[in-house]
Amino acid sequence: MQITPDELIILQWGGLRLNATIVFTWIVMALLAGGARLVTARLSDDEAPSRWQNLLEVLVNGMRDQIRESSQHDPGRYLPFVGTLFLFIAVSNSLAIVPGFLSPTGSLSTTTALALCVLVAVPVYSIVGSGFGGWLRTWLQPSWLMLPFNIVGEFTRTVALAIRLYGNVMSGTLLAGLLIGIIPFFFPTLMQLLGLLTGLIQAYIFAVLAMVYIAAAAGTPGDRSGKPE
Amino acid sequence: MDNIGLIGAVSIVTAGLTLAIGSLGPAFGEARAAAQALAAIAQQPDEANTITRTLFVSLAMIESTAIYCFVLSMILIFTNPIWNRVLEMATP
Repeated sequence: MQITPDELIILQWGGLRLNATIVFTWIVMALLAGGARLVTARLSDDEAPSRWQNLLEVLVNGMRDQIRESSQHDPGRYLPFVGTLFLFIAVSNSLAIVPGFLSPTGSLSTTTALALCVLVAVPVYSIVGSGFGGWLRTWLQPSWLMLPFNIVGEFTRTVALAIRLYGNVMSGTLLAGLLIGIIPFFFPTLMQLLGLLTGLIQAYIFAVLAMVYIAAAAGTPGDRSGKPE
Repeated sequence: MDNIGLIGAVSIVTAGLTLAIGSLGPAFGEARAAAQALAAIAQQPDEANTITRTLFVSLAMIESTAIYCFVLSMILIFTNPIWNRVLEMATP
């Protein structure tokens, strides 16, 4: 039994191997980018926007509200990064109900890449927000005695972020695979339903945790008051 | 029992024990967190949004310890590195 889609080679020419993780990541990317491009191609600001425009507006507004609430910052700067994380993970987790689709987040390499993005984004946002000195000072919070713990914590939380998402998605697929062998038809469907719920919650949690880490390093909350516009 | 059988048996028993003990603590922890959050919502229904969001995040944090144990036991069962190495040494 294979527990990650990494081992499934779809195409191979020469030394170049294309495994299922990359292919399904590209599918999700194409779906997200193509869908957004299609919808935003003809935006309207009249009384009744199209159904898809409505969907996107609800999504973007919801993400902005969540970012504002969980970080107390103005969401404008964080929305592109955190929103992309959420949308990518949510779409790839919920597409798991499509037969034959292996969720790319069920591979440790994908989740590690996402967690590394967060690891890089935290100092970038911190330096942009409060300058290089401000970023260095976040390492000394609350006192300089905590410096080694801060350094260790930076890496362990990245590992935790990656393993958490991977473990949750992988356990869902694995459980469904095992249950189909034991109790076919009805029960695996229920577990898939539960997997859909956990997938969305995990996407939410990944995004919120990334936002919390970024906001913690980006300076004191409230200096950029999060007023609803 | 020969060595290969011993390694297999120890791996499987350890995987079961890892999952059993490793899920016990987080289960207690999550139960406590959820109970506290419900009590807090019952006291302050207006703050339900904030409490629920914080609850989800903390549940995810607590759950990650159980997930570590799960990943470890899956590695022990399906992709056991020691098992593979012993098999490689046994079949020249």
